[in-house]
Amino acid sequence: MNAPTSRREFLQTTGALVVSFALPATEVLAQAKPPLVPGELDSWLAILPNGRVQAFFGKMDMGQSLDVAIAQVVAEELDVGVDKVDVVMGDSGTSCNQGGASGSFGVSHGAAPLRRAAAEARRLLLERASKHLDTPVAQLTVGDGVVMGGAKKTSYAELIGGKYFHHQVPWNKRVGNFMDIEVQAKLKPVSEYKVVGKPVPRRDVAWKVFGTGDYVTDVRVKDMLHARVIRPPRAACKVRGVDEGSIRGIPGARVVREKDFVAVVAPREWDAVRAAQRLKVDWHAVDGAFPEMQALHDHIRAAKVTKREEPVKRGDPASAFATAAKTVEAGYEWPFQSHASMGPACAVAEVKADGCTVWTGSQKPHYVRDGVAKLLGLPQDKVRAIWVTGPGSYGRNDAGDAALDAAFLSKILGKPVRVQGMRADGTAWDPKGPACTFRARAAIDASGKVTAYEFVAKGFSRQHIATNESDPADSLVGQFTGIAPKGVQIFGAPSESYGFENKLLAWETIAPLVDSCSPLRTGHLRDPVGPEIHFASESFIDEVARAAGEDPVAFRLKYLTNPRHQAVVRAAAEKAGPKRFQGRGIAFAERNGTSVAAVAEVDVDRASGRIWARRFVIAHDCGLIVNPQGLRYTIEGNVVQGLSRTLFEQVRFDRDSVKSVDWISYPILEMQDAPESIEVVLIDRPELPSSGAGEPTMRVIPAAVANAVFDATGVRMRSAPLDPERVKRALSRA
Amino acid sequence: MPTYRLRVDGKAVSVNAEAEMPLLYALRDDLGLNNPHFGCGLAQCGACTVHLEGEPIRSCVVPVSAASGKSVTTIKGLGTPEKPHALQAAYVAEGVPQCGYCINGWIMTAAAFLKKKPKASDAELREALSGLKCRCGTHVSIMRAIKRAQGAA
Repeated sequence: MNAPTSRREFLQTTGALVVSFALPATEVLAQAKPPLVPGELDSWLAILPNGRVQAFFGKMDMGQSLDVAIAQVVAEELDVGVDKVDVVMGDSGTSCNQGGASGSFGVSHGAAPLRRAAAEARRLLLERASKHLDTPVAQLTVGDGVVMGGAKKTSYAELIGGKYFHHQVPWNKRVGNFMDIEVQAKLKPVSEYKVVGKPVPRRDVAWKVFGTGDYVTDVRVKDMLHARVIRPPRAACKVRGVDEGSIRGIPGARVVREKDFVAVVAPREWDAVRAAQRLKVDWHAVDGAFPEMQALHDHIRAAKVTKREEPVKRGDPASAFATAAKTVEAGYEWPFQSHASMGPACAVAEVKADGCTVWTGSQKPHYVRDGVAKLLGLPQDKVRAIWVTGPGSYGRNDAGDAALDAAFLSKILGKPVRVQGMRADGTAWDPKGPACTFRARAAIDASGKVTAYEFVAKGFSRQHIATNESDPADSLVGQFTGIAPKGVQIFGAPSESYGFENKLLAWETIAPLVDSCSPLRTGHLRDPVGPEIHFASESFIDEVARAAGEDPVAFRLKYLTNPRHQAVVRAAAEKAGPKRFQGRGIAFAERNGTSVAAVAEVDVDRASGRIWARRFVIAHDCGLIVNPQGLRYTIEGNVVQGLSRTLFEQVRFDRDSVKSVDWISYPILEMQDAPESIEVVLIDRPELPSSGAGEPTMRVIPAAVANAVFDATGVRMRSAPLDPERVKRALSRA
Repeated sequence: MPTYRLRVDGKAVSVNAEAEMPLLYALRDDLGLNNPHFGCGLAQCGACTVHLEGEPIRSCVVPVSAASGKSVTTIKGLGTPEKPHALQAAYVAEGVPQCGYCINGWIMTAAAFLKKKPKASDAELREALSGLKCRCGTHVSIMRAIKRAQGAA
């Protein structure tokens, strides 16, 4: 069940936050509202008296145009101008749980029910128009919401504006990414598309540029208290005591403690910050929870395997290796990485007698609703989670923790509470991308043909902490109050189509370093395990190509069996043009149907070890392109964030605690290291369904860069990040 | 608590606060301005950048007392949709921000730098923008916008 909030309430309470127009409706308000369930057409869209369309989207956009793409899809099926469609996102009180931002499924799956709902709405409207105009449906035409039948005309606004459809649409009973509905309407053929496929500008640029809109950090509720949660100095700490006297004198400041969860609150934010800085907590710390940082990958290689899967197992690699003319072997390493979002997470929660409202930057607000309900012991329909754009969101960052912290504190204090982290909370204490190792080998026969290929990933699970916050066991407040995470053992394998006869792709997970309350707990970070795995696999493909005496592009084209995979490799290589200097690398990967190839060109400064990846060429095929403009920017962001992870990012720690606490100890890419150019080749395939674009490019960047570094220097970098210190060391050994 | 008088985006305002309280909290909490953001509290990212007497400063570490009697400009005071600063117009044209939380640092720093050096080269711009963070990776877009603004000036 979803929150029983009426549209009326929605429009009154959050209109200013999410919706940029005033509703002139009266009829909507007067009517009985159908329940907010996927099986009601009214759960997906509404036509207002002024003819504007609201699409209710159970995902959200973080500046990559997903909302615009949804507006385009809805406008296309309804036959209204795209500017008439407002997309209301990520509010559990107004939309069904489509899974939030997840897996780059925003267009590929998230748009599906909205597209069908729009088509069905159009069908129903034409039926009404047919009666209204006394003209058969077949003789009606629609243009921008105006229905014409010969000389007569009416409009969507006139036909239904401000009223509900009260029309049922069977749904597939799948909550989350794959939620979909069935409709009687026929969908518009792609060949007739007028809006989908066109560049349409973003809607969230101007308010960000002029500083006139609100982030989740700007939500203010009357009588709200400011809170700072006190994270312990080490992993797995217990609280022995809190010296409340240490914050005496700070106006209104007080301590909240429940088991090992400690927070301070104050009416003024600065006072909460000061109280957090001054509070003396006596922690009972465990020594040596972590291995030495330098020994991390040895720990992974030696650790007991908790789960192994072999997604690809073909032929008989062992026999082929036994008869190989040449064997190539290599091992690779990837560190823990932090989301390190631009600002630490923030959330505001207001628990009242009749339920709880949470304003959250989490990219999965419906799951925040579920997690808060469980944490507070409330029925799910008494909790409403409203997503408000936050300081960056690239997976399961610290936003989910902030939301549950705020709800927990608000319940205890009986007042609205705003929680915001300090920098270390976003860097040291967010769930981490898992550290991992890889081993790979290939057999080459006397003719230079690759006869066998094995690739095994081994690392911490990508879901020690679940992908969403629907279970308090996966939150810090849950863990510090005694609920241990269950954890799922899962990793991944390269996503490609190399047609080696004998082939094994496998992954292995190991136990977390600390079971609960760990700053090194692992979870989803943008393109989960994608950059990690393909750094290793696409570096290794390069090593095999060179061992076989072949050009890296030609080698990939020779062995890739999927034509779409070949096409992006070819397109990237062609666009990159003739090589003008040593320092070019290529990498390729697929992700859930999207194919992408990257060519990187780098300068390597031998004296300093600095790599400057000056130029990238990306070829990208995600099926039907909805909005080429948004797609280009999304790809560019992936390139640069991927480059940052490749060159600079690793979470530092010692035996007891995480030492990456700010931007000095967790450096990311800055402007001096940004590429000069990113050229993007978009391969549009209108005949094929859209697949995702929010993450795939990320995974080809590390190997493209490492392969370019090899081309420039003859040195193979098999451990990330490729920071100056490591590169310098590797070059000096060569 | 002492009272500090300053001008923010052209308006005379006063704030009661401890002398050491960072200006950021005065702007956000006492004056109700949302646009300067808390990013790190350590002057390491730029999300809180405003102009103090025309110079970019990190309001998360500059105490409110240091702004007493001075003029503060936030991104909201730099330009408006009706009368945008050249950089703001260029940012809109290029569709630069993704999450946008970092934007104060880039625009306020570049605005002050371009005033001194309107024809700055790429290398000079990169140098001038060092220390600023953008986690979404919009750097290439930021450079395009700054060059567009340079061209428009």
